Amino acid sequence: MRRVIAALAAAWSIAAFGQAAEVAHPDARVEERLRVLAEELRCLVCQNQTIADSTAPLALDLRNQIRQQVAAGRTDDQIRDYMVQRYGDFVLYKPPLKATTVLLWIGPFLLLAAGVVVFVRVTRRAAPAAQPAAHGADEARIAAMLEDEGSGPKP
Amino acid sequence: MKSLKLAIPLAAFLAIAAFLAVGLTRDPREVPSPFIDKPAPAFRIERLADAKTPFSPEDMRGKVWLLNVWASWCVSCRQEHPLLVDMSKRNVVPIVGLNYKDKREDGLKWLARFGDPYALSAYDVDGLVGIDYGVYGVPETFVIDKQGVIRYKQIGPITPEALEKTILPLIRKLEA
Repeated sequence: MRRVIAALAAAWSIAAFGQAAEVAHPDARVEERLRVLAEELRCLVCQNQTIADSTAPLALDLRNQIRQQVAAGRTDDQIRDYMVQRYGDFVLYKPPLKATTVLLWIGPFLLLAAGVVVFVRVTRRAAPAAQPAAHGADEARIAAMLEDEGSGPKP
Repeated sequence: MKSLKLAIPLAAFLAIAAFLAVGLTRDPREVPSPFIDKPAPAFRIERLADAKTPFSPEDMRGKVWLLNVWASWCVSCRQEHPLLVDMSKRNVVPIVGLNYKDKREDGLKWLARFGDPYALSAYDVDGLVGIDYGVYGVPETFVIDKQGVIRYKQIGPITPEALEKTILPLIRKLEA
């Protein structure tokens, strides 16, 4: 219960905090680069939104940081590094491939491969199983039935 | 052979269950800080109570100290506040406040009302120092060692458990 109250209080303190107005940069090229960059950066406050989408005060501050840095002539990579330095790889929607993220990157492919193996084995086993009914002893019965066909149905 | 085949789904189930069980114990809001074992970012800003005297983390060199990010608008700061007041009474380590995106008068009023555990509070009016420290949810608390290196970050209010089990033992170790 105390944790729930703490979580609510935390959410509230974020919501209650006053929102400053956002001023777009006069240069449309700056705004365009901001849009592209902000789309690939995660907002730490509301973790399932990008910095571009979020209305959290921190996202607003970070958009303004990006505006300033773009206007100051920093490259996209430099700005991404600036974010990662402060908030870690988590801030990137596309995490870099390194030792700690290998499972994240190849995990889905491993699962897919495992699924393919299972599928192939199951279908291979099932295919011959459908045939044997027409072999052996049954064949004689079928032949007998076919022979009877000529003399019409039995009573 | 037959029993081995039966064991495969069981093993898969156990693996998934283990991953999910670990996942349940983690708080997705707690993002590992990239600052652990890195030097505390430098800044130089005015103090909450005194606009003329600047504060810089450099001033704390040679001491183990806490940097506690707080604001008068932050409700969960009140939850941890008694713990900070108690720590300051026991003189454990100096606690420096970082008053984050607050109005000066609101911050000062808040301290007058709930008690002031801080050696001083730096006044981060536009939240830029907060950004340099990767702050994304107030309160946050950094444990900084004598060399000015960040050794621990508490995200959200300090709980009595976190204080007893993590923060105080770490401080004792760093002071030794």
